Amino acid sequence: MERRYWPILGALALFAAALVAVWLIIPAHKPVTGQAHVADQFPDDQFPSTYRPYPSRPTLIRNATVLTGTDREIDHADVLMAKGKIVAVGRNLTAAGAVVIDGTGKFVTPGIIDVHSHLGVYPSPNVESMSDGNEAVKPVTPEVRSENSVWPQDPAFSRALAGGVTTLEILPGSANLIGGRSVVLKNVPAITSEAMKFPGAPYGLKMACGENPKRVYGAKGGPMTLMGNVAGYRAAFQKAAEYRDKWRKYWADKKAGHDATPPDRDIGLETLALVLDGKIRVQMHCYRSDEMATMIDVSHEFGFHIAAFHHATEAYKVADLLKKNGICAVMWADWWGFKMEAYDAIPEGIALVDHAGACAMIHSDDAIGIQRLNQEVAKAMAAGRRMGLPITRAHAVAWMTRNPAKALGILNRTGTLEKGKDADVVLWTGDPFSVYAHAEKVFIDGALMYDRDNPKLSPRSDFELGQVGQGPNGGAGQ
Amino acid sequence: MKALILSWALAFAATAVAAAPAAPLAAPATPVVAAPAGPTFFIHNGKLYTVGAAGTIAGGDVIIAGGKIAAVGQNLTPPAGATIIEAHGKPVTPGLMASATQLSIQEIQLGAAESNDSSPDLTEDTAAFDVADAINPNSTLIPVARIAGVTRSLVMPVDGAGVFFGQAAVIHLGNGPDILVKRAAGQLVRLEPSVATFGPPQKKLSRPDLWAQFRETLDDAREYWAERAGYHKPGGYRDQRTFRIDLDALGPVIQGQEPLIVHVDRASDIREAVQYAQANKLKLVIFGAQEGWMAARELAAAHVPVIIDPDLNLPDSFSDLGATLRNAALLDKAGVTVIFQPQADDPSQYARTITQIAGNAVANGMPWDHALAAITRNPAEVFGIAGQYGTLETGKDADVVIWDGDPLEVTSAPTALFIRGQRIPLVSRQTLLRDRYRNLNDRHMPFAYR
Repeated sequence: MERRYWPILGALALFAAALVAVWLIIPAHKPVTGQAHVADQFPDDQFPSTYRPYPSRPTLIRNATVLTGTDREIDHADVLMAKGKIVAVGRNLTAAGAVVIDGTGKFVTPGIIDVHSHLGVYPSPNVESMSDGNEAVKPVTPEVRSENSVWPQDPAFSRALAGGVTTLEILPGSANLIGGRSVVLKNVPAITSEAMKFPGAPYGLKMACGENPKRVYGAKGGPMTLMGNVAGYRAAFQKAAEYRDKWRKYWADKKAGHDATPPDRDIGLETLALVLDGKIRVQMHCYRSDEMATMIDVSHEFGFHIAAFHHATEAYKVADLLKKNGICAVMWADWWGFKMEAYDAIPEGIALVDHAGACAMIHSDDAIGIQRLNQEVAKAMAAGRRMGLPITRAHAVAWMTRNPAKALGILNRTGTLEKGKDADVVLWTGDPFSVYAHAEKVFIDGALMYDRDNPKLSPRSDFELGQVGQGPNGGAGQ
Repeated sequence: MKALILSWALAFAATAVAAAPAAPLAAPATPVVAAPAGPTFFIHNGKLYTVGAAGTIAGGDVIIAGGKIAAVGQNLTPPAGATIIEAHGKPVTPGLMASATQLSIQEIQLGAAESNDSSPDLTEDTAAFDVADAINPNSTLIPVARIAGVTRSLVMPVDGAGVFFGQAAVIHLGNGPDILVKRAAGQLVRLEPSVATFGPPQKKLSRPDLWAQFRETLDDAREYWAERAGYHKPGGYRDQRTFRIDLDALGPVIQGQEPLIVHVDRASDIREAVQYAQANKLKLVIFGAQEGWMAARELAAAHVPVIIDPDLNLPDSFSDLGATLRNAALLDKAGVTVIFQPQADDPSQYARTITQIAGNAVANGMPWDHALAAITRNPAEVFGIAGQYGTLETGKDADVVIWDGDPLEVTSAPTALFIRGQRIPLVSRQTLLRDRYRNLNDRHMPFAYR
């Protein structure tokens, strides 16, 4: 619960996909550091994804209740997947040679996306030697990246998979004002983080408002106040703006044929410059509504955009401001009160932000909670209904699928069941907004990665082998 | 001196047995807190989950009078002057009981230290630490929890480094000022190393360290209680590491009257605790028990109940590598009395999730009615308040909840709530915040005027 951090990813889907393709063909390719800036732009992917969709067969789920993530609920509907993509959603679909799954009495949703997780960087077991989520040595560390801390053998990845999570953003912690880059992962078992990395997903920059940086640095040189926090963000982005200007001048001089000397490279400022360029998305831990407003002012001063406020327990107080600025609010259903900045959280928060027309969503920030985000959405939906807001489950499902995809900049790839999107799909044993429902089958890019009824499709990490408790349903189904 | 302990610790058990089947009882259920003379209510046509011998009664009525449940059954006649509440066939249950929370002794866990009385600050081992000294009936956490159906809680200290952490108490979540139901409801002990967490590093004690300290302290307590008068005689007593007040507090524990609540997760630790408790005739409760299913046979044979969070299924430490979602169902199946703690982290704030974790236990194989008992009757029996609370039965305190659907379902909520016969409005600080900010467009005056 005290693990609050976050990062982001930007917006280079086609370009990065192309890069991935190149790297797959020429695996020896490595960017040469000394030439990093010759392309008149900041380099952006030094740890390229090696993820490729796992083999799949054309699959047809028939006669299920389908929540598409686009505000539609279709009864007696079919979902057809092939070659890793959604082919069609509708009634009476046919596909010769497809694996047919009877969905009668069951539900289908897009794969769940958790925009705020620390799996892998604060793994299970929670031991000091693997506590890799906070570079808490100074308050501004844009140079670090969560992907360099992710332990792919964290058993919690498989448990999240069994809960229907197909994509997740792994963020650095919230000890720092600027905590470093996040990474977006496909939730497939792997032995490297590169092999989980969502191809083309933008990076995020984790920033943190509020109490945590003050607590960590108050006695270590600061910041020790909220005003100190804000001064810290502004100083960092001022440096980043100057850094970007230096490089831009260098690139312009060089292009003009002048004799120009490249500035010294600074990896941290490079990340912040990419934020200013809109290539990296700011994901900001921020509880209080007044601090959100302050951060919006800071973003205007330096010309960057905040993709989402995470742990936004007071977002309901400024939902109109968030809507106006196109900022998503990432919330819990009922976490509250563990510190002062969380004291005003209410169960209707998500529903109220959504009702105001802003982009609202659930998140876990927790290795247990991530396994039941469907239940968290159910609670948020029910709370909204009880106060009189007309919320359908077809709409609420977007709080764990479409809206997170939007916040991460990957809505063109996943987050809804629409033709051409990645076949990230969950078949539920019943209404996913019931406590009694289980994710029965979980597909990632069309490949069946978890099957509740098949122990062989219940992945377990290396760490779990030979440990107690690993019966037929061990691993994901534990 | 023994008599003194008995009068101190057993008073509740004695009154608990006295529950009479007759209609309105005016007598207080415990010497600590008296049930108020309350109004009379007639709940009509509910699906009554009594958690008692009567099982489930469809189309049943409940009469509440004088703070007590005066009658439960079908086709009852409303008493004159009773307020009639229509349940429309919806579920009616006893109020729920959370266990191992810090409700009423902790307001804000982090960064507001003076609001937090959940753990001993003075010394490492403090068996005398008593949460009953800190109970705040005006905690804002209480309405948040009760409007989700929680009407009782075992309030426990939080364990950290050391072995003994002090005494738990039972509270009700109804109207104050006196919400203490039972003092000295259990002594908390930790017998496995604490897990590394955020915050300042804790001194780690190994298992043999912990056990040695644990055995010595209880040996001291037995020696002390065997000749308590000699303690103060000059030269009449050997030096003991343990303070007198702690030895005093351990009296009911070594007598087997007050539960010894041992926090362990690993199966081997559970077995060792069970063996020690049997050899020394202690009333043992295992708290944590993530690997409880692996020691279920021993727990059942020794009649040792467990307090668990059934959602925990991660190898979060080397003490709980066998954690599984099947824990609750397997323990229950083996005949172990199961009690649910609402979410392991921040259990006070999440007391309201106790129905969700019970639902998850059902989803993973536990019978529904057993899961409901795990948040009502079971903790009532284990912590000694079954005479006054835990079932919908005549003579019990009227802790009654009417639900809009399956109480274990995440989309359900109470529509009416009674605690000790008082109707409790479904209002909390959170509902007030909700109502203040539900319309952001209305800005003719600041929100502070709403």
